[in-house]
Amino acid sequence: MKDYRKDFPLLSYYHEKGRGIAYLDNAATTQKPFSVLRAEEEFYTHKNANPHRGAYDLSMAATKVLEDVREKTKRWLNVPKDGEIIFTKNASESLNLVAYSYGMHAISAGDEILLAVSEHHSNLVPWQMVAKAKGAVLSYLYLDEEGRITAEEVKKKITDKTKLVAIAQVSNVTGCISPLEDIIGLAHKRDAVVVVDGTQGAPHLTVDLEKMDADFYAFSGHKMLGPMGIGILYGKKQHLESMPPFLYGGDMIEYVKEQSATFAPLPQKFEAGTQNMGSIAGFGAAIAYLEGVGMKKLQALEKELTGYLLEKLGNIPYVSIVGSSGPENRIGVVPFVIEGVHPHDVVTILNKDSVAIRAGNHCAQPLHAYLKVPATCRASVYLYNTRDDIDRLADSLKGVRRWLGYGA
Amino acid sequence: MELNELYSDIILEYSRSEAYRKPLKEPNRKERGVNPSCGDDIELELKIEDGIIKEIGLLGTGCAISQASASMMAELIEGKTTEEAGRLADTFIGMIQKTVSEEEKLETLEEARVFQNISNMPARVKCAVLSWHTLKEALEKK
Ligand SMILES: Cc1ncc(COP(=O)(O)O)c(C=O)c1O
Ligand SMILES: [Zn+2]
Repeated sequence: MKDYRKDFPLLSYYHEKGRGIAYLDNAATTQKPFSVLRAEEEFYTHKNANPHRGAYDLSMAATKVLEDVREKTKRWLNVPKDGEIIFTKNASESLNLVAYSYGMHAISAGDEILLAVSEHHSNLVPWQMVAKAKGAVLSYLYLDEEGRITAEEVKKKITDKTKLVAIAQVSNVTGCISPLEDIIGLAHKRDAVVVVDGTQGAPHLTVDLEKMDADFYAFSGHKMLGPMGIGILYGKKQHLESMPPFLYGGDMIEYVKEQSATFAPLPQKFEAGTQNMGSIAGFGAAIAYLEGVGMKKLQALEKELTGYLLEKLGNIPYVSIVGSSGPENRIGVVPFVIEGVHPHDVVTILNKDSVAIRAGNHCAQPLHAYLKVPATCRASVYLYNTRDDIDRLADSLKGVRRWLGYGA
Repeated sequence: MELNELYSDIILEYSRSEAYRKPLKEPNRKERGVNPSCGDDIELELKIEDGIIKEIGLLGTGCAISQASASMMAELIEGKTTEEAGRLADTFIGMIQKTVSEEEKLETLEEARVFQNISNMPARVKCAVLSWHTLKEALEKK
């Protein structure tokens, strides 16, 4: 089997310094392979010029990087002909773009915006803003005992008043995959628009936007091996074309007069100012890396690791997995708690063993309130993790209660 | 600060203390303090009469550090004037930020001095100061 770890300089760096890091916080951000770092460097050492703004070769080369990565993204996500890809700085900006430029115009008083109680704040707070400004109502999909959104719940909550559904493809807390087919089917039957937060989906699942039929799909490059500072927004052109711009300024205009301006066609209309070209180049390399591994292969690897993680966590006394403890229909994001120990203390104690996981509410406070747990620990795997990382997590977890003065 | 200093007997003992874990019947100040990233969430209730902190209630949840720091604070400010309590808060926060180092001042913090070296653990500083910031806000509210 290929040793993916060799491709990740950060993992080698800490390994060579002594104790390697068991990096299990991939839902927050992933490590970056050499190829991504090289692509960034390659852009700045060989192609650096402002894209779209110069007629000389170097500017053409920069423009080509921008458009090549856009095309590569479209191929990777199977973007239909009537859809477009817009570069932003992260998933949060992508979702804000939709909230401001679509939501603030399409939503009016009395309309309902439907979202899951498990949404990340980035796909929740912008809709609160829209609802407040427009006098619309936020209504929520709640989870079953396993932490899943069921088709029945969706049927119950979508009404004739539902104008927009905002839903994560995969929850960043529970790791559960949402029933998007049901949700999008039911929403479209009522002419509601569906905004899918793909931040935890795109890095792990095979995404086919033509088949999915979402109206908008947003995610971040940094959670799928890409650099920080690059976000993606897919939208159906029918919406994007009728939406006003989000940010105004250079590159997004056609003609500017003293008192008025006309705007550039898609996608430039939504890409004001100089783009983060290094990150865009790196993002292209991240897609290439994932294509090289193959999404099927990646899923098989992750499934194996997730099964092992669930099994190991399930066997540690005083540790309880929150939500589904089964390996089906989920990704390798697993929330858990230790009896008598606050997650924040767990993370500090694991840190001494160079085991990196996350504690807190993972930008999902309404979900934690709904589950009635103030905070959780969260371990999340990616393709370079090994059984050894998970063993180290389990061993370190076994010692946690002793630090807090419990007998065992 | 090493882990065994962080999870010392005294900190663990205070973190489990139930002494102030009850809502007050008639609080006249209530203040909530949260660390959004880690999930510490405390609710401080005070009953102040004639400028003196008569009763303290500490509700909410949090890690051992935030809980221990809050219990120590409660013990320290009970029966003190609001001015004294405010000074203690400034001293504690100053100790953590290393802007206060005079021995006489630090002594006033009594047990809470155990957190003096928490600044070596930047990830936990917020936990230790949460209750003190919350106290300051409660006192500033009129
Ligand atoms: C499901 C989900 N949505 C949105 C975000 C926001 O991503 P970013 O911080 O890159 O904007 C995250 C990441 O934390 C996430 O997990
Ligand atoms: Zn804390």
